[in-house]
Amino acid sequence: MRYLPLDAADRALMLARVGVSHIDEIFADIPADKRLNGLLDIPTRKSEIEVDRILSSLAGRNVAAGSVPFFLGAGAYRHHVPASVDHLIQRSEFLTSYTPYQPEIAQGTLQVLFEFQTQVAALTGMEVANASMYDGSTACGEAMLMAHRLTRRNKAVLSGGLHSQYADVAATLASMAGDKIVRLPPDIKASEDLAAAIDENTSCVIVQSPDFFGNPRDLAPIKAAAEAKGALLIAVFTEAVSLGALRSPGEMGADIVVGEGQSIGNALNFGGPYVGLFATHLKYARQMPGRLAGETVDADGRRSFVLTLSTREQHIRREKATSNICTNSGLCALAFSIHMSLLGQTGLQRLARVNHANSVALADRLAEIKGVEIVNQYFFNEFTIRTPRVAEELIEALAKRGIIGGLPVSRLLPDAGLDDLIVVAGTETNSDEDRAAFAAVLTQCLSV
Amino acid sequence: MSQPRFSKDHEYIIVDGDVGTVGISEHAQAQLGDVVFVELPAVGDKVAKGAQAAVVESVKAASEVFSPASGEVVAVNGALEGEPSLINEDAMGKGWIVKIKLSDPAELDELMDEAAYQDFLKTIA
Repeated sequence: MRYLPLDAADRALMLARVGVSHIDEIFADIPADKRLNGLLDIPTRKSEIEVDRILSSLAGRNVAAGSVPFFLGAGAYRHHVPASVDHLIQRSEFLTSYTPYQPEIAQGTLQVLFEFQTQVAALTGMEVANASMYDGSTACGEAMLMAHRLTRRNKAVLSGGLHSQYADVAATLASMAGDKIVRLPPDIKASEDLAAAIDENTSCVIVQSPDFFGNPRDLAPIKAAAEAKGALLIAVFTEAVSLGALRSPGEMGADIVVGEGQSIGNALNFGGPYVGLFATHLKYARQMPGRLAGETVDADGRRSFVLTLSTREQHIRREKATSNICTNSGLCALAFSIHMSLLGQTGLQRLARVNHANSVALADRLAEIKGVEIVNQYFFNEFTIRTPRVAEELIEALAKRGIIGGLPVSRLLPDAGLDDLIVVAGTETNSDEDRAAFAAVLTQCLSV
Repeated sequence: MSQPRFSKDHEYIIVDGDVGTVGISEHAQAQLGDVVFVELPAVGDKVAKGAQAAVVESVKAASEVFSPASGEVVAVNGALEGEPSLINEDAMGKGWIVKIKLSDPAELDELMDEAAYQDFLKTIA
């Protein structure tokens, strides 16, 4: 194939064909003040050595997660990823292959997906899981759409403990489809009355546990309230390691369980790529989005794997498909599966216990600081603190002194009047020295 | 009960009073092969003539079932949820899909009777 750059006439022809007069019209959805006008103000040429020097110095202005005591979570968690995970996912059979469109030829890939699904189903306490979604937030949005199809209703009730970015994704999907969303106000103490918000038009109630502020939630009463009105319970988690310590969402009655799988096997990756986990009851499998690997036997009776129930999917059902996702987060799912296999059930439970113990130790230290209040009564590896200073300023001050101290709630909820709250995570990667340094620097920052 | 009438999309409707029983023709089930799933509408749904009333999924394809007449769904064949193969075994009988309370019986005149449908099948063979 020859590569011929476009000329002005080609561009004009293409613009006319799609019915716009200028290329900017295609970007109408991006607010004008967010668009780049003209070229970036950078030199036209530099030598390799110069480029390396400039970029290294720019990179040096970052405070990298691994280089300082790090207590940031709120949807993305720093965990130890064993070197063997990175080594294994870099095998070219895995690293370079895309989600299989002629699937049965790639038995190894399908087996990986099958094992992944089995792990996710076991972890969430559900019967069936798909081959993964883009991330936790899109998995949550897809779960809402699935509930709408199952119940033939179109109103979703979102808990005030749901990560606001997950709620934003759901709200965006709803706004495009003309569906209704009821967002309960931020609920820092898990005291909201979800049952009161559920009515006969409610398709689903979406609840995160542990919630955004770190509170584990008992889903059973919410399930009962939803069921009484014919609505489904969608359980969400952002911290997959919590499933090693808490009762599974399936056991507590969830109809659909979705979450972020980044915590297991995947680094922070600047916010992505991540891996969305999605599980449900077998009876709902046909309305599930995404790919699904299944186990069968070939013509000679040998164990083999197929992509099953593909009739739900876009390449067969076109616009009637359960979802426009025709892919999965293959490599991140593989990393998840390898790490899970290395941990095993006992290993995951132990990892969860270490996380909890580390964050309890952290909470104990922070609680000793004058003016700092631990908001949570219960938590897994993340909790919320109230501070006597504006949280955003405090986090900046901590960062200047080499501590990444957590997420100021106002960063995600700027208008909620929660300017004094910080969500703090403690994982197995934090040492006692890290916690001591955090407490010391926080004390310093609060005394000035 | 009236004689079955057929659409060009291979649905049939058998009218009894003001209610029509809708399914797919013998020819359609034979073309689809083993039916593995039927997605049914909800009782109370309004359907327009030519609009999707159900989806029949076979090992080969997923096909929409278009309503041959306008009206309101008054019954769905729940037996298909557990036993979709009823459509293969008895498409015009136990394999019915929905019952529709007709809002405009005159629409039926646009459909084919058995003889006309058989002739139509010869033209598309």
